[in-house]
Amino acid sequence: MAVVTAPTSSEELITIEKTSGELNTITLRIARSNPAEGHETTYSEFKVPVKKWTTVLEAILYVKQNLDHAVAVRYSCRQASCGSCGMKINGKPSLACYTKVSELHSNIITVEPMNNFPIIRDLAVDFKQLISNHKKMKPFIIREDSEVTPESKEFIQTPKDVEKYLQFSYCIKCGLCNAACPTMATDTSFIGPQGLAQAYRYVADNRDKGKEDRLKIVDDAHGIWRCHFAGSCSQVCPKGVDPAMAIQLLRGYLLGFTK
Amino acid sequence: MTERLSNREGIKGMANPTRYGIERVAYWLQRLTGLGLLAYLIGHIFETSTIVHGKVAWDKMLEFTQTPQGHIILTLVIGMCVFHTANGIRVMLGHGGIGVGKPGQPEYPYKAASLNYKQRLCIWVSIGLAALAMMYGASILFGD
Repeated sequence: MAVVTAPTSSEELITIEKTSGELNTITLRIARSNPAEGHETTYSEFKVPVKKWTTVLEAILYVKQNLDHAVAVRYSCRQASCGSCGMKINGKPSLACYTKVSELHSNIITVEPMNNFPIIRDLAVDFKQLISNHKKMKPFIIREDSEVTPESKEFIQTPKDVEKYLQFSYCIKCGLCNAACPTMATDTSFIGPQGLAQAYRYVADNRDKGKEDRLKIVDDAHGIWRCHFAGSCSQVCPKGVDPAMAIQLLRGYLLGFTK
Repeated sequence: MTERLSNREGIKGMANPTRYGIERVAYWLQRLTGLGLLAYLIGHIFETSTIVHGKVAWDKMLEFTQTPQGHIILTLVIGMCVFHTANGIRVMLGHGGIGVGKPGQPEYPYKAASLNYKQRLCIWVSIGLAALAMMYGASILFGD
């Protein structure tokens, strides 16, 4: 069993530094704003020491801990599982905990709140629309019988059946796809790639009997027909969900091209 | 004000072809060529409608189309038309779920199957065909 203890002397600290990579200093530019108070966006710059594997989230937390505790940022798991720390890093939507400073190949890193989401403060954005659109897609198995009552049986699925939707069930609702989508940039009522991909996740599940309900919801002027297959959602997805594929397959299903 | 509060990128973000790879460039080109062809259609209707003003007006319009500027516009129209058609076929097939790959277990580093090499090849072929058609069109228009 490995035991990790905090270093006690400066000698030990030096040893750790030598074995764990060189220390470098970057400039972290953080967008600061508070729209509710009518504050325009400004940028605060901080010098942050980083190592080869320091993530952008760690750099932000260093700023919060040592330089300016008022920076507003949402985060939780630090391992790309919770989808909380989505933000624009050097202009591209990414998860801060999943983006290493070293892979950005720049000594100046700019972090901004995700586009297409209302800003709460600084880097924290409001997920109300994403969650509401996600709920609209009825993200659960719809059928009259159940597999948990004593008289019922488990709904058997083959690995092939599972493969049809498994990929799309990995969505962590980080919102990066919605932030990158060109339609979301202009259409305030668009369901968005996240919601549409989740609609397909359940449509593709052979245990589900609620296809008709979901197809009625997505077959709308601000629904599936507004996707133009720019592919930016899949480009930024940190979990390999590939929303663009789900949307095209859903549209193919609606049009009768795919089963 | 509403735009600022919702933090939407707006037309500026939608029309920015950088940041998201060749697929976003193709999306941008498809929109741009669509608008270009719409402008050409309106211009073309205006051009052919001059015939109702008599032979002099019609000949004057024809003279304009025979200038180097007129030839450049027509060469661009040829390119826009070819790209819009070829890329449009790719996008339409994609919209039907054709050529976007099959769902499967995603493996790190999570390359999206819908942004596969066939899609990218089709985009480059569309650009190449448009360039070839423009070169051929220019050689005919400027050939004399």
